[in-house]
Amino acid sequence: MDLLEGRFELKEIQTLEGHTDRVWSLAWNPATGSAGIPPMFASCSGDKTVRIWQHSGLQSWDCKAVLEETHTRTVRSCVWSPSGKLLATASFDATTAIWEQIGGDFECVSTLEGHENEVKSVSWSASGSLLATCGRDKSVWVWEVQPGNEFDCVSVLQGHTQDVKMVQWHPSIDMLFSCSYDNTIKVWAEDGDGDDWQCVQTLGESNNGHTSTVWALSFSPSGDKMVTCSDDLTLKIWGTDAQRMHSGDGYAPWTHICTLSGYHDRTIFSVHWSREGIIASGAADDAIRFFVEDKESSIAVMDAVMVTIVMVSEVDGPSYKLLLKKEKAHDMDVNSVQWSSLENKRLLASASDDGTIKIWELVSVP
Amino acid sequence: MVSGLINPNSVVYEKKERRIRSAPADADEYAVELIDQQEIFDILFLNIYSFFINLEQLVLIHHIRDIKDPEHPYSLEELKVITEDVIEVDDKQSYVCVTFTPTVEHCNMATIIGLCLRVKIMRSLPSRYKVDIKVAPGTHATEAVVNKQLNDKERVAAALENPNPLDMVDECLAPSYN
Repeated sequence: MDLLEGRFELKEIQTLEGHTDRVWSLAWNPATGSAGIPPMFASCSGDKTVRIWQHSGLQSWDCKAVLEETHTRTVRSCVWSPSGKLLATASFDATTAIWEQIGGDFECVSTLEGHENEVKSVSWSASGSLLATCGRDKSVWVWEVQPGNEFDCVSVLQGHTQDVKMVQWHPSIDMLFSCSYDNTIKVWAEDGDGDDWQCVQTLGESNNGHTSTVWALSFSPSGDKMVTCSDDLTLKIWGTDAQRMHSGDGYAPWTHICTLSGYHDRTIFSVHWSREGIIASGAADDAIRFFVEDKESSIAVMDAVMVTIVMVSEVDGPSYKLLLKKEKAHDMDVNSVQWSSLENKRLLASASDDGTIKIWELVSVP
Repeated sequence: MVSGLINPNSVVYEKKERRIRSAPADADEYAVELIDQQEIFDILFLNIYSFFINLEQLVLIHHIRDIKDPEHPYSLEELKVITEDVIEVDDKQSYVCVTFTPTVEHCNMATIIGLCLRVKIMRSLPSRYKVDIKVAPGTHATEAVVNKQLNDKERVAAALENPNPLDMVDECLAPSYN
């Protein structure tokens, strides 16, 4: 189905209350939502807790567990291992905790220490064998997952000149991406002899990059494109040569494809690319926006209701269009937007400074 | 002996006449009152006049540590760190922007003053407000650096969880009874 030909609305399914401070981030458990396992996600907050939410048979979402008394400060980000068995949480208390569901309970089975101060993000590699963390100390740490919930730090990567906001592994190869308050995105790869990691590319202002803090990044379903969001009020799309990347024949550099500007009014904190190709963004203007690639960039399907569809500046390269803007999605800043991996529904969860999480469905309207 | 006072010759400005807020006789008492420039200013400096004094003391105590006389005679308002004119308010859009002028160009207290302003506004206004805190253009040596820090909510949140900056802000915002 061509997304641009459809008309959509964002239907609010439920507002989840429970956190007593701003909700910073959330993560869907990838091993749930199919084969009869109800979908589940984790959320983390300035209230120092992590909450686990699960869909119940009654068409509603309930809080199944509260993970508390482990982190002593804000829990900034959370992520599930690819198997869905472990949950990693990064906190301003300088630690990263690893949680395992044992029986019906979540237990903290490991604590990763090393960062000097606030840890801001954590990411699990596609294979599940590596973990990355980053923080205010400007460093990115790579950890190897060992049997028995042991995590060995294999590399401490210095390169960013300011605090590192987010780390994210590529969805199919062991390549690590980080974005920072220093306005750049860095790409890290293992050395040829496989015993250390190094920065193989920096995407900065001279590469048509961002002019302020880069808050987050997300990969396209095939992994050959990436979207980044920034305090400079733009989204940027980057691309690489997928064939070369997978062949292992030298490094396939990333280049700027296009910039989506003029859509956001305040800092963009979160961006997430769905399997189907819809980019969702969450920003400090309380709105959630959706963008899709316009494959026939010369044709703009204008619709009376969707007056916001605007051509993006690039004439030659692919262009992206605003599919929908949900104003006042939350009462305060939207800190995180995450698509679920459910196949039959376009389900999105958003987390906000207003202390709530909202579950949305992007539905076609006739 | 050289004085430790970085800004010994502060220009002192007259305090602005307060306009009287009048309620018309037929005013609907349930009407939602719009938040305007003066109200923000009042929140920052009049209703909590002590905030002012505390802030000034803080600047003196933490920045000009070697000053011999901690009883600085002027308030921040008199030193034009902030005036009503530089408070931009749009109640309909729920937006506030406060531009402040550090009295000394190299004042490394600019960040803590800005943090105090942000926290004060955050604690006083409804949460729907979007708040920008900025150093007046051309008044601070590292203006862009300070502005970026003050408007990065993650750094602000982290600072407010750390005992040291939090103590300074709380000290600044605490009511004083003199």
